[in-house]
Amino acid sequence: MADGNCLISNEWICGEYVRTRGQELTDATLEHVWITLASVAIGLLVAFPLALLARRWRPVAGPVLGLTTILYTVPSLAMFSLLLPVFGVSAAVVITGLVLYSLTILVRNIMAGLASVPEEAREAARGMGYGPLRLLFGVELPLALPALMAGLRITTVSTVSLTTVGAIIGYGGLGNLIYEGMRSFFKAEVLTASVLCVALAVAADLLLLGLQRLLTPWARKSRKGTT
Amino acid sequence: MDVVAKAWTWLATGSHWAGPDGVWHRLGQHLFLTLVCLAISCAVALPIAVALGHIGKGGAIAVNISNAGRAVPTFAVLVLLLLSPLGTHGQWPTIIALVLFAIPPLLTNAYVGVSEADREVVEAARGMGMTGGQLIRRVELPLAFPLIMTGVRTAAVQVVATATLAALPGGGGLGRIITAGFRLTDTPQVVAGAVLVASLALVVEGVFVLLGLVLDPMRRRTGRRSTAARRPPADQAPASPALTT
Repeated sequence: MADGNCLISNEWICGEYVRTRGQELTDATLEHVWITLASVAIGLLVAFPLALLARRWRPVAGPVLGLTTILYTVPSLAMFSLLLPVFGVSAAVVITGLVLYSLTILVRNIMAGLASVPEEAREAARGMGYGPLRLLFGVELPLALPALMAGLRITTVSTVSLTTVGAIIGYGGLGNLIYEGMRSFFKAEVLTASVLCVALAVAADLLLLGLQRLLTPWARKSRKGTT
Repeated sequence: MDVVAKAWTWLATGSHWAGPDGVWHRLGQHLFLTLVCLAISCAVALPIAVALGHIGKGGAIAVNISNAGRAVPTFAVLVLLLLSPLGTHGQWPTIIALVLFAIPPLLTNAYVGVSEADREVVEAARGMGMTGGQLIRRVELPLAFPLIMTGVRTAAVQVVATATLAALPGGGGLGRIITAGFRLTDTPQVVAGAVLVASLALVVEGVFVLLGLVLDPMRRRTGRRSTAARRPPADQAPASPALTT
């Protein structure tokens, strides 16, 4: 039952592993977090103008939605492999792939959010002399936040889990440990990294949920009855 | 862009298509795995989802399973199953992982489709004296068909994508061409394999979109436009219940 033995007997849960390889686990988790953060942030930066563009010019909407959906269909291993010749072996491959995946859900949800803004609210803001920019950022975006945040949560959670596939080129965060553990049949490494990965996804989801409640204080009272 | 030309040459070389490591064999494995797993997951998920949808309970379970499916990394599950006692049983770790990942979209879409089938129509049918079974077969299933098909399509594409990942721990399928390319540091082969895999995923998506249109039992009655409007996009469908929670 001694802790040191679980490394030798190759058990799934091993305190000794976590203790001795703490640094490695922290590094992998940090890499995982920054790859996810960068991907989601860039995804949001790209998706937002795309969604506005698609809303302004109807003919653009079809191709934009179609293209992002097609990108979503491409399996992750293939996506990273296809980007490999473009960027070489670097974190940019993984981040670009993840950004492309995030666009499908983000663009759709931003558009759905903006479309759900009541016309009366727009009219009222226009009547109060709001210009288009102030209308967008002052009225439409706050009202679109619930849908936007829902999309952001889905994107973040799936990005966390997809990052692991980046292990194929060595930039997979916790996925690197899973890959390494798979090759050496090291159970504790695989399980610990997998559990950390799921915990990361759940934590990110809860964090975004908290952020949403913070940003939309007006929704709390009216939503109480529905959820 | 030299790589693209070389990848094309790789694809055009006949010897790469033949033999046990060839494209045809890998494609066969990939399709076989996809079909088997899709059949198993449909057999498991659809009856449960339709039954739950019919009685209108279990929505929270459907949503939670769908969300959990997104949070758990496919790759991790594959490796975990491989290192478990199951790992010595050939294809089973891969098949179980694929089935696990196909179930959430199937379950969520079928549940939402059946439970949100037009309530007035369902009430009318009940008023006409239909039994529960008749109601499911003649009213709820036809109305839910587009959403159920969306779930099947999402699941199919997901299984194709996940079967690719099965190559990382040494399983069969088209992914093997990519992983073999990585091991040989042969980038053209990696790209050629990726093109094959991506094309297969797109073809599967296209086939299921067509199947959904052709098989839709409501097609003749309501016309194509209204069914198309009812049908949410692939990724949105499992997401929509999450929006309400």
